[in-house]
Amino acid sequence: MIARLVLNGRPREVEVRANQTLLELLRDTLGIFDVKEGCDEGVCGVCTVLLDGRPASSCLVLAAGLRGRAVTTLRGLERNGGLHPLQEAFIRHGAVQCGFCTPGMLLTTLAFLEREPRPDREAIRAALEGNLCRCTGYTKIVDAVEAYARGERHHG
Amino acid sequence: MADAVITREGLRVVGQPVVRHDARDKVAAATAYAADWALPGMLHAAVLRSPHPSARIARLDTTRAAAMAGVAVVLTAKDVPRNTLSTDVPGQTTAVGPLRATLHVLAEERVRHQGEPVALVAAETLEAAQAAVEAIEVEYEPTPGVFTPETALAPGAPAVHGTGNLLAHWHIARGDVARALTDAAVVVEGEYTTQMVDAAYLEPESGVAWIDSDGVITIRLSTQVIEHFRDVAEVLQVPQNRVRVIGTYLGGGFGGKEDVTVEAYLGLLALKTGRPVKMVWTRHESLLSRAKRHPYRLRYRTAANARGEVVAQQIELLADAGAYAYLSALVLLYSTVTAAGPYRVPAVEVDARVAYTNNPPTSAMRGFGAMQTVFAYESQMDRVARTLGLDPVAVRHVNSLRRGDTLPVGQVIETHVAIPELSERVWAALGPPTPPRAPHVRVGRGLACNFQPYGRIVWLHDWASAWVGFEMDGSLVVRCGCPDVGGGQASSLCQIAAEVLGVSLSRISVHVSDSALTPLAGTTTASRQLYMSGNAVLKTARELRAPLLRVAATMLGADVDAIDMEEDGVVTHDGRALPMTDVLRECARTGVPRSHLGVYHAPAGEPVDLAKGSGKVFPDYTFGAHAAEVEVDTETGVVRVLRYAAAHDVGRAINPQSVEGQIEGGAVQGLGYGLMEEVVLEDGINLTTSFSTYLIPTAVDVPDVRALVVESGEGLGPFNARGIGEPPIGPPAAALANAIEDATGVRITRLPITAERVARALGLIG
Repeated sequence: MIARLVLNGRPREVEVRANQTLLELLRDTLGIFDVKEGCDEGVCGVCTVLLDGRPASSCLVLAAGLRGRAVTTLRGLERNGGLHPLQEAFIRHGAVQCGFCTPGMLLTTLAFLEREPRPDREAIRAALEGNLCRCTGYTKIVDAVEAYARGERHHG
Repeated sequence: MADAVITREGLRVVGQPVVRHDARDKVAAATAYAADWALPGMLHAAVLRSPHPSARIARLDTTRAAAMAGVAVVLTAKDVPRNTLSTDVPGQTTAVGPLRATLHVLAEERVRHQGEPVALVAAETLEAAQAAVEAIEVEYEPTPGVFTPETALAPGAPAVHGTGNLLAHWHIARGDVARALTDAAVVVEGEYTTQMVDAAYLEPESGVAWIDSDGVITIRLSTQVIEHFRDVAEVLQVPQNRVRVIGTYLGGGFGGKEDVTVEAYLGLLALKTGRPVKMVWTRHESLLSRAKRHPYRLRYRTAANARGEVVAQQIELLADAGAYAYLSALVLLYSTVTAAGPYRVPAVEVDARVAYTNNPPTSAMRGFGAMQTVFAYESQMDRVARTLGLDPVAVRHVNSLRRGDTLPVGQVIETHVAIPELSERVWAALGPPTPPRAPHVRVGRGLACNFQPYGRIVWLHDWASAWVGFEMDGSLVVRCGCPDVGGGQASSLCQIAAEVLGVSLSRISVHVSDSALTPLAGTTTASRQLYMSGNAVLKTARELRAPLLRVAATMLGADVDAIDMEEDGVVTHDGRALPMTDVLRECARTGVPRSHLGVYHAPAGEPVDLAKGSGKVFPDYTFGAHAAEVEVDTETGVVRVLRYAAAHDVGRAINPQSVEGQIEGGAVQGLGYGLMEEVVLEDGINLTTSFSTYLIPTAVDVPDVRALVVESGEGLGPFNARGIGEPPIGPPAAALANAIEDATGVRITRLPITAERVARALGLIG
């Protein structure tokens, strides 16, 4: 069957199996590796994409059911080859260690800050609850998000 | 110390919180992890695993599976050229004696744990491979198993292997323990139980193999140990120089990617099919079958005098090795050596045993046996303090090891021991006490210290090599066979080379973790990589620098001692400068090498007789102190960590931001160990094989960690750095237990400290 989606701004129609997940479509069929595979049950957050602007675990989404929805992966944030200021904040604050959780973490954060532009640390932690990180202990990730939300982006 | 020459004031790049060179790719999702890799014509592999913890394989028939559409090959034990694989100290090239152990690549007549691999399939698609795995016909005859080390060691217990279930036994005796216990003012007795946990890295085990030109079997995978190319060669019965392992940037390791994972399977399948093959384990497979942290039972009798000085420790350790040896003997050795803690204890007896069971195998995990002991010895230390009415900081102060003291194993401590000041600083870092937010909530604080070896056991004769060279445009290349697990290993090497050779960080390329193309540097384990590869790059860069400076001195008509390499060139003390490109052209003209291969050998020693306490085991140790403030809900038993601070003496922080990252991340893994993580087994059947049942800390489960980076300037690593990969995971569980007793008066002795256990201890439930 055919999956229809708008992937990082570009309409796509792709032949898929009925049981194929969006994660499998992205990684195995389209070779889009900025979406990671971690647990296959929607718990770890490394396969996060934005579905019509809201974070979703792509391992839980059936590709055939997309019906033209907008799917954004991390690469979709790229502007003229430059990094998004939130990505710069992650670098500056040492919020990246192994990096495996980072793409999902960034997407979840951006969607959250759209809704709540000036969160405190507790709110940031609550927003990131669905994105596991095994390396950083979260402190520097919260630092990065907080700094970006406070407008450090203007000086970065 | 070997490298005490350069002072902090003289450092330019080392000691700075520079942006790690791998960070930009990682935030842009441009890093190609092991599973982010595909080759034309690639097959997909799957593993058939035993559903039984203990069974005889009565029949194994792959005929139907092999005939299925899209299936390229099905392999069982009889297809493996050499099915017995050594699992001794990874990467080791000198004899390891009793530490040597073996396992089967694929199960032969028996399976000894649930999840043990029985057969392999490679097929055109992953779905076809999985379908073929389902179609393999196996008849198992379940056999009696043993599921605790106590029952495994009981007379008449079923033998997991032919040799009896006692895998290793270490014993240390120093001083007159019996007498000290009799004469002491106070004796505290405790029995502690620690659980099995999983490394639970977010990136599952994965890799791709192919046959490269000249028949070289090339395996690109997520591993902490590229030296496993030798093990793969042994399994395949091909020369070692026909196997190449390319290590990718890891999505986390924590010891779980220290032993062989997918590489032998990938090598076999690529060799049998002649095609590229990919294998990615599911989370279920990873949690089901991968080696985990040893559960321990720890019995302590601690004797102290009225001043709170510990005069004796009698310690009995019992650990569960699971079904195969892996690194259990070595893990137990770490426990044995560290069992009495970072304290001067005149009389110590440690009796440590590890037994085979039919549980999942246990092996390396961050902390490596020096972690379980912290929970026990720091709980004991706190109880001594409480019994005598001493302050937790004071009791560490009076007992701390000092330079010149001797460990129970006979090793003389040759370094500064920062336990007293670390304890003071971390305790103070908690700030003013948090008032309880409700009448039924109690708030308390706990302290825990630890020491963790860094670097290999001295009789393993550890070494690391590196290659450093200039290109003609003045840019620099560093090659080092050091896997980067995410701790910033490769980036630190750049900083060290930049420091010595005066090259801008942006002009350095670093190539790591390729057994064919980067000089071997050993494993990223044992908190050894900064110590070993860092020293290798430091030594190599210095050896490269000397002849380059001589060439530049001649060109400048200056004395070698009056010039320096900085700002991508050579400068004289009187202000003249020469671009590096000019020096390199002169080198090319006169035949002076612009690159160098260097080898660093760690200080080595002979094996010690543990029972006699005859000497040095580890090169050195990293000392730490953590403090926790918790609140306990006395109606539910729920524990919440309010504040957390962690201090370690890292000797010198090469990159303070990376060091903080290790401390914060390690502390949170330790909090997970203390509060929530547990591999739950029921007669060898793993009930926690998903991330919805095996819980690791999320962002809301833990507070900010305040990391205190303390630099004594004493360490064996480059610029006097110490290892910091493992140490921060040690103290949290004990700090929590001590804080909970401070808050409520009840002592928790079993991990994890769940609400249910606290409620039971508080008498809320029966």
